[in-house]
Amino acid sequence: MSDTHTDLLIVGAGPAGMVAAVTARRHGLTVRVVDDQPAPGGQIWRAIETVAATPRLGRLGEAYRAGLDRTAAFRACGGIYEAQSQLWQIEPGFRAFVTRDGRARSFTASQVILATGAQERPVPFPGWTLPGVLTVGAAQILLKTADSIPEKPAWIAGCGPLPLLYMTQLLAAGGKIAGFLDTTPPGRLGSALRHLPQAVARLGDLAKGLSWSWALRRAGFPIIRHVTELRAEGKDKLQRLRYRTSAGSEGEVAAELLLVHEGIVPNIHPALALGCAVTWNASQQCPVPVLDGWGETTLAGVFVAGDSAGIAGAEAAEPRGRLAALRVAVKLGKLDDHAAETSAGAERGLLARALALRPFLDALYAPRAQVFAPADETLVCRCEEVTAGELRARAQQGRPGANQLKAFTRAGMGPCQGRQCAATLMQIIAATQKRPIEEVEGYRVRPPLKPVTLGELASLDMQEPAA
Amino acid sequence: MTADRFDAVVVGGGLHGLSAALHLARVGRSVAVVERRWTGRHASGATAAGVRTLGRDIAEIPISLEAMEMWHRIEAIVGDDCGFHAHGQMRIAEREEHMPALRQREAQIRALGYGHEEIIGANELRRLVPALSPHCVGALIARHDGAADPHRTVLAFRRACEADGVVIKEDCGVEAINRQGADWLVVCGGLRLRSPVVVNAAGAWGAQLAALFGDEIALGVRASMMMVTERLAPLLAPVVSVVGRALSFKQSDQGTLVIGGGLQGSADIEHEGSTVNFVELAKGARAASDLFPAVKGVRIARCWTGIEAQTRDHLPVIGASPQAPGLFHAFGFSGHGFQLVPVVGAILADLVTQGATRRDIAAFAPQRLMQERAAA
Repeated sequence: MSDTHTDLLIVGAGPAGMVAAVTARRHGLTVRVVDDQPAPGGQIWRAIETVAATPRLGRLGEAYRAGLDRTAAFRACGGIYEAQSQLWQIEPGFRAFVTRDGRARSFTASQVILATGAQERPVPFPGWTLPGVLTVGAAQILLKTADSIPEKPAWIAGCGPLPLLYMTQLLAAGGKIAGFLDTTPPGRLGSALRHLPQAVARLGDLAKGLSWSWALRRAGFPIIRHVTELRAEGKDKLQRLRYRTSAGSEGEVAAELLLVHEGIVPNIHPALALGCAVTWNASQQCPVPVLDGWGETTLAGVFVAGDSAGIAGAEAAEPRGRLAALRVAVKLGKLDDHAAETSAGAERGLLARALALRPFLDALYAPRAQVFAPADETLVCRCEEVTAGELRARAQQGRPGANQLKAFTRAGMGPCQGRQCAATLMQIIAATQKRPIEEVEGYRVRPPLKPVTLGELASLDMQEPAA
Repeated sequence: MTADRFDAVVVGGGLHGLSAALHLARVGRSVAVVERRWTGRHASGATAAGVRTLGRDIAEIPISLEAMEMWHRIEAIVGDDCGFHAHGQMRIAEREEHMPALRQREAQIRALGYGHEEIIGANELRRLVPALSPHCVGALIARHDGAADPHRTVLAFRRACEADGVVIKEDCGVEAINRQGADWLVVCGGLRLRSPVVVNAAGAWGAQLAALFGDEIALGVRASMMMVTERLAPLLAPVVSVVGRALSFKQSDQGTLVIGGGLQGSADIEHEGSTVNFVELAKGARAASDLFPAVKGVRIARCWTGIEAQTRDHLPVIGASPQAPGLFHAFGFSGHGFQLVPVVGAILADLVTQGATRRDIAAFAPQRLMQERAAA
C-alpha cells in the first residue's frame, strides 16, 4: 500500500461506512475512510464517544447507546480513518480530493463505497429563510453534540419520526415546546395500516413510536393536526406563524423559533457527480441510486450503502454496508463468490427484517402534496433567490428541463449547488409540464461537492508535481 | 410524411447558430434551428463570455473589431444588453521580462493600423485594478473590451430569433441528410425539414456533421475548465489575464469571481460529457491567489468544462463548403468564439444570400483543413 492508494475508499463513517470498513479489513483489504465529522458515528450516533462519558447518554436513548460498540470496532479495524476531511470531488478511476485543516490532498482507490447518509428534505414555504427558522435535524445535532437547548420555546412543524423523537429528547433535556403543527394529512394511519401485516415483526418499534406520541400528548402543549399550509412572518427575524389545516381552519401564533421537518432523503450528490444512474422512488418521493443486490451502482466499482441508497435507517445501513464490502472483497480477489454468497444470505435476511416496517412508515409519513407545490412567492433556490413563480413561468416556455431552467434563472447555481432546490424544481417541472416526475432529469452536479476555497485548491498545486 | 420547407436550416442551437438564424431571418429568410439538446447546451452555456479583441490572431482582428462595435450596441440588435460591460481586458506582466513581448505586440498591431491595444505601466495598472498584487509591473490593455453574461446572451439571441420568426426545434439531433432535388432533406428527432441551405454551427460536432456532406475537415476538441466562486463585494472591473500563466479572472454582475484561462479538462465527444481535472485546475487557483492575495479564502461554488472544437491554427472554419452546394460552415472557434457571435451571423447571412461577404474571411476557409486531412 502506498501512502495515497488503498483497495477501498469509504466515504462516511456512519453505521454503513463503519461496518463496511470492518468487513473489508476482515477480508484483508486496505481501507481508507473519509468523513467530515471529528469522530465516527454518522448522524445517528453523532458524538457518541464523547457523550458516552456524560449523563446525556441516558437521555438520548438505547438506540443511541448502541453506537458505542460500533465505533469501538471501527476504531480497532485497522483502516485509515480521515476525520474532519471534506470530500469535494471523486474522479473516475478513482481519485478522491479532500480538504482537511485548510489543505487539499488527493487519494486513489480501486473501489469506492459511498455511505454519505441522508439530508433533511428541503421544504420551501413562505418565510423559510427567516432567521429563527431551522430544521429539526439541525436542532437535534446541537442537542447531541453540544447539549444545546433552545432558549425560546420552540414551535415544531412537520411530519415523521424525527420531530417526535426530537420533542421527546428536548423535553427530557429540560427544553420547552410552544406547540406542534403536525402536517401529517388525515387518513394516513388507515392507509399505512394496510402495510401492518408485514410489519408485525417490528411491533416493538411501533410501540416505541406510540409511546413518544403519548408522552408528548401528556406534556400539554398544543398539537394542531393536519396542517397543510405554513407561513413564517416577521421583520428581519421570525415573529409569528400562520397556518391553515386541511379542514380549512386558520391560525396565527407568536413564535421566535420554528423547527421544521418533512422527512429525510438520500444524499446522492456524490453518486450523481460520478454519473451513477438514479431512479425515482415513488413511496419516498425522492431519487435513489440504481443498485444491484450488493449495492453496486451503474458505474462499476462504485457502491452505495446506508441511507444514501434509500432511506431505511441505521439497522438497514449495517447489512447494506457489509454486503457492499463483501462484493468489493470478491472483486479484488480476496474472497470467492461462494463464500460471499453464504455471508450475504445472512445479511440479506437482516436487511429484510430491518426494512419490514418501511412500507408502513413510508405510507404514514409520506410528505403532504403542498411540500412539492410551494406558493408562487416562495423562494425555491435560496442561494440565488429564485421563486417558485419564476420557475413555473419559465417551465412553460418550450418544455425546458432542470439544466435549462438553471441556465435561465440561476436556480441551483449558488454555493449549495441545488441540494436545497433540486427536488422542488423537479416537482415544479413535472407539474407545470404535466409530465411524470420519473421522466424529469435532475441537475447535472458540478464539482466541488463541498465549497473548497481558492487557497485550498491552490495548495494542491504546491504539493503535486506538475503534470 | 411530408417535410416542412425552409429557406435555411441551421444545425446547432449554440450562439453561432442562433446568430446566423437571426441575421438570415432579418433579411427575410424562413429559418429553422435544429438542436440535439437545447439552446446553449454546450460551449455557449459553458463559456466565460469574454468579449475580447485583445491579443486576437491578426487574421481575426478585422471581424473582431466589427463584432466589438456590434457588442456596444447589442441591445439594439437582440433587445437585451446581454449583461455586457466594457470595463476592459488586460494582459498583465508579473515581471519586467514579460514586458518586451507585450510591447512588441502593441508595435505590431499599430504598424498594421490598429490602435485598440495599448501598453500601460504599473501606476495605471494599480489605478485600474487596486486589488492586484503589487508585484505586477504593467499590462497590455484593450479598454473597450469586456465580458457579458453567457446565459442572458443565449436567452436574448433565442428570444430575438423567435421574435423574427425563426423556428427552434430542440431535442432534435440530425439523423440523416440527403439530397432531394435542389434541396437538402434533414431528418432529425422525428422531423423532416427541406431546405436548399444548411448552416453547420454544430460546434465540437461540426466535423461530424460536415462529413455527412462529404466534407472531411480536420478538427480537434478542447475542454476548457472554469470555476465560479461564492459572491463577494466588488473587487475588480476589468477582465484580467497574465503572461505565462493560464488565467483569466473577472467578477460577474452577481459578484462571483469567474476564473478560467484555458486549463484543459477532458472531453468525451461521443457521450457529450466532459470532466474537470482538479490537479490541473489547481494551477488556475494558484495563479488567481498569487495575483489577488485577498481571494485565498473565497469558496469555489462550482467548476465545469465545456466541449468546444479546436482547429490546428486556432482559427475558426467560416465559409461555403467547396463540395456540397448550399452548405455553409461556422464552427471551430477554438475557445474564443463568444465575442465573434454577432458578426459571424452577419457573415453567414451574406454568404447564404449573396454568395460572398465584404469581410476578409480567406483565413477561415474550410479548404485549409480539408487539404491537411487529405494529406494525412
